[in-house]
Amino acid sequence: MELIAEILISIILVVAGIFGLVGSYGLVKLPDAMTRLHAPTKAATLGVGGVLIASLIWFLVLSEHHASWHELLITILIFLTAPITGLMIAKSNLHLTWLPEDLPQPPNGGQWATFDEGKIPPALQEEHDPESLRGD
Amino acid sequence: MILRRLFPHPLLSALLVLIWMLLVNRFAWGSLVFAVIIGITVPLLTAPYWPDRPRVSGLGRILSYIGMVIWDIVVANVQVARIVLFLPNKDLRPAFIVIPLRLKSPEAITVLAGTITLTPGTVSCDCSEDGHALLVHCLHAPDPDAVRDDIKARYEQRLVEIFE
Repeated sequence: MELIAEILISIILVVAGIFGLVGSYGLVKLPDAMTRLHAPTKAATLGVGGVLIASLIWFLVLSEHHASWHELLITILIFLTAPITGLMIAKSNLHLTWLPEDLPQPPNGGQWATFDEGKIPPALQEEHDPESLRGD
Repeated sequence: MILRRLFPHPLLSALLVLIWMLLVNRFAWGSLVFAVIIGITVPLLTAPYWPDRPRVSGLGRILSYIGMVIWDIVVANVQVARIVLFLPNKDLRPAFIVIPLRLKSPEAITVLAGTITLTPGTVSCDCSEDGHALLVHCLHAPDPDAVRDDIKARYEQRLVEIFE
């Protein structure tokens, strides 16, 4: 029983580590800020989730024979906060480096909330070249 | 209606009790009593800030939605890993797509946007001024319309059933 648990935990840890590595590699490899945003919001979900599940099983079977529920709580809180981080980064990137004309328009008219009242992004008011900020 | 008065928000109470017990990490009657005290007082104190909270219905539907999202996270993580590792950058087709919303309540839209961000390959970027559309960025979408229809059919339809 303990051997099976150890093998299971090892497999989960290795898989989670691979996903974490791929997420970090994506951060380096992908071409611009918007696509790079995809890598960390994902590695956080499966990589960290896998490590936490492995920890849960270890405490349950091998260590103290009662589950450590903190891991479950951490997983839930990561799942709740990762989208907020992603949204904030995406919104600030849109605000700083994109013009409303470059985006698809909302179907019912109006504008995206980031470009409320047709404000020109501060970065574009100055001497910035939007292309240089947007990607490499 | 003393129960209604005591528990203005029964789901929040249950959630607070559960989270407190998870934080304590080992079952003891003393902490359960304290959890119940918190579960009663916090919703009472915060009730004025929730003038019209959303009505959710169908515990089974909610659980099956959560299960489906977790499964999708696992499957789609593999897809994104494959894109990152094996797809050259010049073949990558990132795209913005617009998702018109049937959902009305802000809470439901928040859940949908969170789901879109958690399922890999898509990040919800912005909401329109009037709150009737979401701007979503796709990592690799050769066919943007298919992604939009998939999100609408798979997630929004279920959320409409849960929240309305």
